[in-house]
Amino acid sequence: MDWLELFISAGFWAATLRIAAPLIFGTIGELICERAGVLNLGIEGIMTMGAMVGWMWVFQGGSLWGAIMFAAFIGAMFGLLHAVFAVHLGLSQHVSGIGITMLASSLSYFVFRMFLPNSTTPPKITAFQPLEIPYLSKLPFLGEALFSHTAMTYLALAIIPVAIYMLYRTPVGRAVRMAGENPVALEAQGIDVLHIRTGAVMVGSALMAVGGAYLTISAFDAFFFGMINGRGWICVALVIFASWKPGRALFGALLFAGLDAFQVRAQQLAGGIIPYQFFLMLPYILSIAAMVVMSKRMIYPKALLVPFRRGDRI
Amino acid sequence: MQLEPRENISMLRVISAPILAIAAAFIFCSGLIMWTGESVFAAYGHLFKGGFGSRFAISETLNRATPLIFTGLAAAVAFRAKFWNIGAEGQLYFGALAATILGTGAITMPAALMIPFLFLVGALAGGLALLGPVILKTTLKVDEVVTTLLLNFIILLFVNYLLEGPLKDPMSMGWPQAAAIIDQGVLPALLPRTRLHIGFLLALSAAFIVWALMRYTIWGYEIRAVGANVNAARFAGISIRKTVILVAMLSGGLAGMAGITETAGTKGYLTLDLSPGFGYAGIAVAMLANLHPLGVIASAIFLAGIYVGADSMSRAINIPTYIADVLVALSVLSVLVSLLFVQYRVRWK
Repeated sequence: MDWLELFISAGFWAATLRIAAPLIFGTIGELICERAGVLNLGIEGIMTMGAMVGWMWVFQGGSLWGAIMFAAFIGAMFGLLHAVFAVHLGLSQHVSGIGITMLASSLSYFVFRMFLPNSTTPPKITAFQPLEIPYLSKLPFLGEALFSHTAMTYLALAIIPVAIYMLYRTPVGRAVRMAGENPVALEAQGIDVLHIRTGAVMVGSALMAVGGAYLTISAFDAFFFGMINGRGWICVALVIFASWKPGRALFGALLFAGLDAFQVRAQQLAGGIIPYQFFLMLPYILSIAAMVVMSKRMIYPKALLVPFRRGDRI
Repeated sequence: MQLEPRENISMLRVISAPILAIAAAFIFCSGLIMWTGESVFAAYGHLFKGGFGSRFAISETLNRATPLIFTGLAAAVAFRAKFWNIGAEGQLYFGALAATILGTGAITMPAALMIPFLFLVGALAGGLALLGPVILKTTLKVDEVVTTLLLNFIILLFVNYLLEGPLKDPMSMGWPQAAAIIDQGVLPALLPRTRLHIGFLLALSAAFIVWALMRYTIWGYEIRAVGANVNAARFAGISIRKTVILVAMLSGGLAGMAGITETAGTKGYLTLDLSPGFGYAGIAVAMLANLHPLGVIASAIFLAGIYVGADSMSRAINIPTYIADVLVALSVLSVLVSLLFVQYRVRWK
């Protein structure tokens, strides 16, 4: 395989979409939280939890779509916990989020071990299969690159326009954005800032958990310890890269995933010359680079990290 | 529901709140233990006995607490200034790396010089690992949470590469581990026939030094001022950039020293499983201690006891060791809430 062939192979583009999908869920989830003014560092743990419960649901005989719903529900519950701490009690969003990540990931591992005490090789489930779209899947290049994905990958792509519509075209979305920009003004409109923020954090956390579940019920078919492997933190970086805009989050996730897919293939080409660890570092280095690039043009929500207490005047 | 500040905060409340919170965490966790089908009392009995019940258990717990004190201090110092260094894990490995490069034969000195030298280079390496994020933060306002977190992954992969390549010990039978620290650099044992080494005493003194530094020096005052109110601190003429860099170097240095206690003390050489997440656990240590340097000692020993005790508990009865992490996470969250209620009361309207 040649370097150029890499980019014109359908497999590369298919892999890009596959890598991007969980990041899209996570990034949009984090973006919704932050747009409402709440940083959610629980993301890494919530994604782990989503990956575990989604997989477990199917393993116990549940349906794949049920698994998504269940993961979303559990994610929303952890979001509610974060909202109680960071929104209602006004605790430090950093500290609460890190606490949620600790709790959610340790609880995932504990529960997994309770159901499967002695499994060394993780058991497998029947995950989402690629959809056979009539005619389109048969197209020569595009068929493999774009039209042979699982339903969950298309779901990931579909949430972007939904998020854009909800955030910019509906009263609820306007309230969410105002909760992150000027909560006092929102309160003056008679809308409860705490409720809006709580709702946003719950919805965002549900999406994060679905992103985690994508890994175990669509991308792979098993749950491994440490399988999230920093993806949650990468999503936090992508939100900054996207300057808190959903459309750009899609672009960021695709760009990032493309480079990651490239990295895996370049590893095979350059194998032996450059140690594989340096390729594995690339996603993390790229995330940092992305934040550096965007640092000059950041337009962050004004009330991000600022707890809202009714009656406080700033 | 509304929170209003309490006018006077009684000492009794300050002391009892975290204890009650930890008791609450144990009660929450007993639900999980009941799920396993084991008796709650037997489980906590094994946990306590394994963590604190014998001379050996105590020595193991204090041994485990040693790096946790260092990483706990690293988090406490940084968080006090609202500098969110979540990268102690990577900084620990950088410290261990420095000890491996310089302490495995490159430089030979008598033990009285070699050990302080290793701690010094460990601290420098730990600080170095944090230099990038802090410069990005002070010059370009790049969020340090994400950069320090992501650096953990990068550094671990880098150490992985070195252990499989340039630093691999040829005598290690193919195992990815580095050569052993030379005898002069090994931390002497504190108790005969245990793994406890003088690193524990050094950790204790580090906690006292950090406490004195934060409380009695201008640097400490400036660090606390920046954390309390950045605008007021700037108005008072404190250089924010200088203070943040200072905090970062202090925090990274402390985390780097945790790498020394593990390579030159407990393990004797660098491996990829040198730290089972000491850097991350340090955050829990600092939070449980309410970011107080002396409180870090107590909370590090408490956490270490839970981890050591949970290992022996899961050997004795059928409960996954992950219960320890759940217990720690629940303790952190409930202590956070309890400390809030020390300062505020709830008014229902």
